[in-house]
Amino acid sequence: MILIHCPYCDEQRPEIEFAYAGQAHIARPVDPDTYSDEEWERFLFIRANPRGRHHERWRHSHGCGRFFNAVRDTVTDKFETTYKAGEPRK
Amino acid sequence: MSGYRLPAGGRIDRSKPVAFQFDGKRYQGFAGDTLASALLANGVSLFGRSFKYHRPRGLLAAGSEEPNALVSVHRGPGRFTPNLRATNVEIHDGLNASSQNRWPSLKTDFGAINDRLGMFFPAGFYNKTFMWPRSFWDRLYEPAIRKMAGLGDAPTEVDPDNYAATYAHCDLLIVGAGPAGLDAALEASGTGKRLILIDEQDEAGGGALADPALWPWLERSMKALSSAANVTILTRTTAFGYYHDNFVGAVQRLTDHLPANSEAPREKLWRIRAGEVLLAQGAIERPLVFDGNDTPGVMLSSAAKIFANRYGVAVGKSLALMAVHDSGWHDVFALKKAGVGIAAIIDARDVVDESLLAEAAALGVAVHLNHSVIGVKGRHQVASIEICANGNDVRRSIPCDALLMAGGWTPSVHLWSHSKGSLKWRDDLGAYVPDQPNENCRSIGACSGDWDFGTGAVYDVLPTPKDQARIKAFVDFQNDVTAKDINLAVREGFRSIEHIKRYTTNGMATDQGKTSNLNGLQIASTALAKAVPDIGLTTFRPPYTPQTFGALAGHAKGALFQATRTTNIDGWAEENGAIFELVAQWRRARYFPKFGEDMHAAVNRECVAVRNSVGIFDASTLGKIEVVGPDAAEFLNRMYTNPWKALEPGRCRYGLLLKEDGFITDDGVSARLAPDRFHLTTTTGGAARVLNMMEDYLQTEWPDLNVWLTSTTEQYAVIALQGPNARKLLEPLVEGIDLSAEAFPHMAIREGLICGIPTRLFRVSFTGELGFEINVPTAYGRALWERLMAEGADYGITPYGTETMHVLRAEKGFIIVGQDTDGTVTPYDAGLDWAVGKKKPDFVGRRSLARPDIIAVGRRQLVGLLTEDPKMVLEEGAQIVADPNQPVPMTMIGHVTSSYWSETLGRSIAMALVANGHAMLGETIYVPMPDGTHKAAISSMVFYDPQGARLHV
Ligand SMILES: [Zn+2]
Repeated sequence: MILIHCPYCDEQRPEIEFAYAGQAHIARPVDPDTYSDEEWERFLFIRANPRGRHHERWRHSHGCGRFFNAVRDTVTDKFETTYKAGEPRK
Repeated sequence: MSGYRLPAGGRIDRSKPVAFQFDGKRYQGFAGDTLASALLANGVSLFGRSFKYHRPRGLLAAGSEEPNALVSVHRGPGRFTPNLRATNVEIHDGLNASSQNRWPSLKTDFGAINDRLGMFFPAGFYNKTFMWPRSFWDRLYEPAIRKMAGLGDAPTEVDPDNYAATYAHCDLLIVGAGPAGLDAALEASGTGKRLILIDEQDEAGGGALADPALWPWLERSMKALSSAANVTILTRTTAFGYYHDNFVGAVQRLTDHLPANSEAPREKLWRIRAGEVLLAQGAIERPLVFDGNDTPGVMLSSAAKIFANRYGVAVGKSLALMAVHDSGWHDVFALKKAGVGIAAIIDARDVVDESLLAEAAALGVAVHLNHSVIGVKGRHQVASIEICANGNDVRRSIPCDALLMAGGWTPSVHLWSHSKGSLKWRDDLGAYVPDQPNENCRSIGACSGDWDFGTGAVYDVLPTPKDQARIKAFVDFQNDVTAKDINLAVREGFRSIEHIKRYTTNGMATDQGKTSNLNGLQIASTALAKAVPDIGLTTFRPPYTPQTFGALAGHAKGALFQATRTTNIDGWAEENGAIFELVAQWRRARYFPKFGEDMHAAVNRECVAVRNSVGIFDASTLGKIEVVGPDAAEFLNRMYTNPWKALEPGRCRYGLLLKEDGFITDDGVSARLAPDRFHLTTTTGGAARVLNMMEDYLQTEWPDLNVWLTSTTEQYAVIALQGPNARKLLEPLVEGIDLSAEAFPHMAIREGLICGIPTRLFRVSFTGELGFEINVPTAYGRALWERLMAEGADYGITPYGTETMHVLRAEKGFIIVGQDTDGTVTPYDAGLDWAVGKKKPDFVGRRSLARPDIIAVGRRQLVGLLTEDPKMVLEEGAQIVADPNQPVPMTMIGHVTSSYWSETLGRSIAMALVANGHAMLGETIYVPMPDGTHKAAISSMVFYDPQGARLHV
């Protein structure tokens, strides 16, 4: 069971306290109406599936409840870093 | 084999005899014996029948790597454990064990015919043979194969034992309490580190237990460790899996070795998180591959030493050794000194260390260098062996009653591999050893390839002048895989060891190839003319040895398997005969049968009572979220399809929630209590999901909004009072709220007191009748319910359950998200266009409602169905077709989502998703069901009181 560092609690806690929440840094468009069908499709459905570094979101569901970002290696399953929502991509 | 108890020696307690049974026969051993050592001491040589060929098998090993001697242990009803290794079963008074995979008895086994027919059972036999015809599978092949090719029987009764579980944290975890592990523990114990030392055997010591010269050291070491406050020693504990971030799973066996069953837990699961892990699991001796190497009495050389030195048992009266490694010579010298007869040492090497030859000569043991064993005589026990000079067909026979194999050593890298540490090949050892760690972990002692057993040579199959195709030289004893099988797999084109493993099943038995993987690799390497590292190594996976389901499940069984949520009113429902159903972990009353009613009779009565007078319903499970803050209305406006900003305090609104893809995910009625405060409700099953979704948007998309979300689902008990007499019943009980239609209209909320309890009183209806949902602090739920029941007696107040709630809402065409919608239904599909704020610039899912697929013609739309036969209640989930006479497979145009008998309407009603349904009002469709095809007309979903006259009273 992986240990995950919550950047809000500043604690290393077991995986069962957290919930995965999909790829990170996909901001909801401010004005969706200006998006073409193709652009909207990309925003809604198209996700990265890298071998290696993956930027993803987690929620400390059974802790502070905050959503945060993480970089995890999809090959080794090791977390490189976690950081607060709103901080620049690492 | 004619094993016997040596007159002295061993760690057994000869003053404590122990009586036990094997295959119904009574035996005696001593405290400290395993089932294996005690049976050996009684002269037993036959322990089981092999998996595929039903060949007679004896002990190969003395530890947890034992592949042959699998036994079942009976401890009374439900307490039956198959596939235990006899070498790990500690005997105690009353132990009742039996052999497996034989019928009618171990000595006379009909399945042994498979051995004579061996030519018909090559590698891949099952894949090649039992394929066609398909119909033979279920009736013939599968049952027959299961019976013939089996391990022990699966238990059939519920396990009455208790299992414990715990978490543990330490700075240092040492797995394996042999000399390497103990040395490391002694060193670390002085540092004050929190230390856990675990070992699978009943006492610590590992290899030292078979070396009397080390016993004084062992005793001193254990004394020092036992008295150290920072050291936890767990024996009879198997570290079965090594997971991420130094998380190690271990099972401790607590009571199986004790005579009587007790209420104490049988096993305990340890979940250990360690700062550092030291693996000191030792190494496993490798068998040699030659014709007849599975005859009972052929065993690992190290095992014979363990039986003699630890248990005081000689495995035979006259032992021969077949060695390619020095360690076997040392074992034989030790055995000879312990008084065991030695027939000869045969070594395939032409040169061995002079000191070995000198000691053999001094002890008077005959030596045959550059020779190999090429055959074994004896069926249930070794009688003699045939040896042959390598490369020279000169054979001779040596009488003996046991043959020891010293094939070199395989480091136990299992846990290291679980942790994804890398391995490197060492040609000199003919084995993989740990290379780079992936966790904060070190491998020490023999499991790292560091040992003082001497040196040896590496062989795939021992040299023999015999025809390789006619010999039975076993590689995997537990799965009955021979060298011939592996060669055949290579001839048939398999190249990767992963494929060869699966085709031959080498290493795929319950022992995961502890004694067979490396020999299999060597044979494949020779056959493919490729170096072993170029073929790879199969992956080790948890568990290291098989573990019980009980230990892994722990307390999570029966009522504790999953939490059951109950409302404050649940006890009343139970006392009043409710039949329950589980909804999103909530236990909800489904109906309240009276006087032996069945469900339909009860539901019909409950429905009529609501329509004619008043019904009472426990709605406490509805999800509730308190939305508070200056931007609360703006936030809801962005989340829901409906407009929220203009909603006045004191009023309610039906909210429809989409996901960003435009599909309905939840709905519920919500109330505005104040400009900055809303009381949201969600579906029972959607509460957690909706809160998570709202938090997601609030935290990550709109962190500028000043809004707080709080789950209040369990803070309120909610009692729905529905029916034309609801107001009359409530009026005298309420303080501070004017219940008149003018002052308190439909879809409004008021705060006040009911029976003196503070309440948020909603005037809402999920039934189509005049209705109220009374929210009170949870603890008052049952008290209020009972008061309403008492006060409502004059009106014939009737408690109703979820089934009646479903019928009443369907009569009004109210949807249930998740039943009438399935994650592909938009507001338009559901006929809820009116709930979508057309003038709103944005809300979650809005852009998607303009996607090409969403506005395309032909989408499935929610409609009502009226069957031609009013008595016919369609099956929910039944498919709908336009033409019942078309050929099968028919084109399906939709399906029934809800279907009930409506006592109020005196006929059946249904809801369905039908392609283009909204444009088909009045048209006929057909519903094929098992009992025939039923005709129905598409109708409005609102079957009862379409004008809503009954609501606005
Ligand atoms: Zn946190």
